[in-house]
Amino acid sequence: MDKLIAQYTRSSHQNEFYSEQEQHDLTESHPPLSLKFSLPPIDDSRAFLRAMTDDHSNPSCPIKLAHGTTTLAFRFQGGIIVATDSRATAGNWIASQTVKKVIPVSRLSRGEDKPTDAPTPGLLGTMAGGAADCQYWLRYLSQQCTLHEIRHKRRITVAAASKILANLTYGYKGYGLSMGTMLAGMTPQEGPALYYIDSDGTRLPGNLFCVGSGQTFAYGVLDANYRYDLSEEEALELGRRSILAAMHRDAYSGGFINLYHVKEEGWVHHGFNDMNPIFWKTKLEKGEFSNVTSEL
Amino acid sequence: MTQHRAALRLRLASSSSRHSSSTRPVTLFLPSSSSSSSPSSPLHLSAKRIIDYVLLGITGKDFVLMAASKAAMRGPTILKAEDDKTRQLNKHNLMIYSGEAGDTVQFAEYINANISLYSMRNDSELRPEAVANFVRSELARSLRSRNAYSVNLLLGGVDPISEKPHLYWMDYLASLAPVPYAAHGYAQYYCLSTLDKHHHPDITLEQGLKLLTMCTDELKRRLPIDYKGVLVKVVTKDGVKVLDFDNDRIVKSA
Repeated sequence: MDKLIAQYTRSSHQNEFYSEQEQHDLTESHPPLSLKFSLPPIDDSRAFLRAMTDDHSNPSCPIKLAHGTTTLAFRFQGGIIVATDSRATAGNWIASQTVKKVIPVSRLSRGEDKPTDAPTPGLLGTMAGGAADCQYWLRYLSQQCTLHEIRHKRRITVAAASKILANLTYGYKGYGLSMGTMLAGMTPQEGPALYYIDSDGTRLPGNLFCVGSGQTFAYGVLDANYRYDLSEEEALELGRRSILAAMHRDAYSGGFINLYHVKEEGWVHHGFNDMNPIFWKTKLEKGEFSNVTSEL
Repeated sequence: MTQHRAALRLRLASSSSRHSSSTRPVTLFLPSSSSSSSPSSPLHLSAKRIIDYVLLGITGKDFVLMAASKAAMRGPTILKAEDDKTRQLNKHNLMIYSGEAGDTVQFAEYINANISLYSMRNDSELRPEAVANFVRSELARSLRSRNAYSVNLLLGGVDPISEKPHLYWMDYLASLAPVPYAAHGYAQYYCLSTLDKHHHPDITLEQGLKLLTMCTDELKRRLPIDYKGVLVKVVTKDGVKVLDFDNDRIVKSA
């Protein structure tokens, strides 16, 4: 009788999952963290890289990394706001003014960046630091998230995704990676979740982060006006205004304001807008930036 | 007349002591990483160790608010927690300063004495603009000497005739800029964006203090050092006054 009952009391979704053995095989087949990059034949790659790239101590260094950024993300009652500037600099040279520093990380949304009203499910990552490192490793993370989705038949949590990236950066600690990223997403398990991960191997969950050379300026505006119970409208405006503050004061930030909102159903893009008209509108209509004169 | 002599003596004393101490090789203080860069960089200015204190200035309708941090630091130690980094130059002008230890007070007293001297000789008070240009010219002259003063400062004053507030930002390289609000040191990075957003030229003193509190709150939140609060003074047409300022506010981070 017990046997009969057991047969009919199985949970309804049990058969949708892999067996324990299958699951074991799948999880054991993770690719190794070391992707077997060939390394330069020198003792201390960290010192070597610093000597090659540090243009502060050596202005004629052969490699000038793309650096300098302002990115921010904060949690609030209605989800997460993610905002960035769009300038890439290599030394004193502005390499680009149209960089997309918000990178969708997940199988469903990767590669799509059209402004639509429908939310796109998945995580968002931000880039600060070396542009190449960020692009490469966020794409790698995206691949891992996709594999997770296929293996486990559900979307990866932000905690797990951020841990993959943090383990990765920690594994390459001392090899000269340069990245400061934030991962934002909303999952049924976690609700709105925001993590900060950098190339030192730091991984921090939190409510509010600003990353990049313009971070202090963004913090200056964001901290003073941040509340968890901000409305969606207020939160978007605060994100935009904080990035504008940093673009105005930081020489290594500028270009366009890239704004995203992560909600329960996914993320929504709120435009990639030139800072210049926004700056003048803010100044002339609200009377802010009173140290800038508008008359000739 | 005694003041006149005192001012001159002060000037002599300061210049002679500076020369005796300038025998140390400048290269000793250059960071080793930059020794490869050209040794003929102008005046070895990077050799000076400017200590970053918090300096803030905000103008309003009829006042200038000046705030300077109260910590006096040397290396990892706070030598004094009630330091006064301000100097009243005359009835309507206040200077706040930070920079290389020793240089700061020496320079401030020198400026103070010479402005007093000018007033005594000519029987007139210098207006903010005149004070600012005098201080700048002295800094600029010093910059071309063997041992320049490394002092960053803010000058706040109210013109006694027009009753308009003036604020000047000045750095140790002797640049001078009239501004509606200003900061020096790390405070620049955290407070200027806040001031960009919330400052208006016609604010009242009450609004000014609120703005200053926003700035110090942000510094408490994000600066990893304890600057021991700020000393706040206000310049109005009636002169300079110390204001009560709550430095013990607990600020919660997001």
